[in-house]
Amino acid sequence: MPDFYGTHVPSRLMLGTAQYPSPAILAEAFRRSGAGIATVSLRRETAGGKAGNAFRELVGALGVHVLPNTAGCHSAREAVTTAQMAREMFGTDWIKLEVIGHADTLQPDPFGLVEAARILAADGFKVFPYTTEDGILAERLLEAGCEVLMPWGAPIGTGLGLNNVYGLRTLRAQFPDVPMVIDAGLGLPSHAAHAMELGFDAVLLNTAVAKAGDPAMMAEGFARAIEAGHLGLEADPMPPRDMAAPSTPMFGMGLLS
Amino acid sequence: MKIMVNGEPREIAAATLKDAVSELGYGEAKVATAVNESFVPATARGATMLAEGDRLEILAPRQGG
Repeated sequence: MPDFYGTHVPSRLMLGTAQYPSPAILAEAFRRSGAGIATVSLRRETAGGKAGNAFRELVGALGVHVLPNTAGCHSAREAVTTAQMAREMFGTDWIKLEVIGHADTLQPDPFGLVEAARILAADGFKVFPYTTEDGILAERLLEAGCEVLMPWGAPIGTGLGLNNVYGLRTLRAQFPDVPMVIDAGLGLPSHAAHAMELGFDAVLLNTAVAKAGDPAMMAEGFARAIEAGHLGLEADPMPPRDMAAPSTPMFGMGLLS
Repeated sequence: MKIMVNGEPREIAAATLKDAVSELGYGEAKVATAVNESFVPATARGATMLAEGDRLEILAPRQGG
């Protein structure tokens, strides 16, 4: 099971908390998935603070690690301020760092991401950067103090799966000892299984579960796929080949034609 | 004085951030604050003076991916 900044997490599934049909379905999705980490955010509060308190209680009852995000931030400064507010609000120095470069693609801004990661790591944050599969950017993030990388599978909310398998495989091979989480873009359990087969340590998803017709069932589906994919990796898969090779022995075959 | 609170203009009597949060109705709610795009820890609210036109953001936990 993955180890993030010295914290052992008992699941390879990290689950978002947004877009569920109801709080009860959210809780059921977490229960059936066995997810070990829940991502959360900070948003404007109305007088009284009832919404924030209710959500805090809901997440607290899940019994999982909380990973606040900086979703929606488009500059390093905005992300740093959000992270500082989240640290106080959630009482954790973990931060899922998002610095978005473009509103339509939700592609990370690599320059702002590294800048914010450097500031936050120096301030004691344990940064989980939402990044791309770019190896040079990964190197810069590690230099900035990140000890976990979270490359995207596909743009947030698309459900397209692993868009650049070659790039992800190369990134995994380039930094074999860095815990890596496929964050965003997954739509089906098979996508998560594929991520595991490529050697990634965990996956982070939200929309694929929350927007399924039966979110709790989909959450369990992802959990099983993650286990299957990881077992496949550990079992040392056969090498692929182009030409067919019969599995049934030819020796001893009767002459019947 | 007139300040912006979560993007809306508000008239407040309070001079400090701590008093403003209370006056605005947040009471004992657990919230995080920023003034003019800079984080102000809860422990520093009492010593943080507000000025005309300040931009105050009051945030709390929400769903996130």
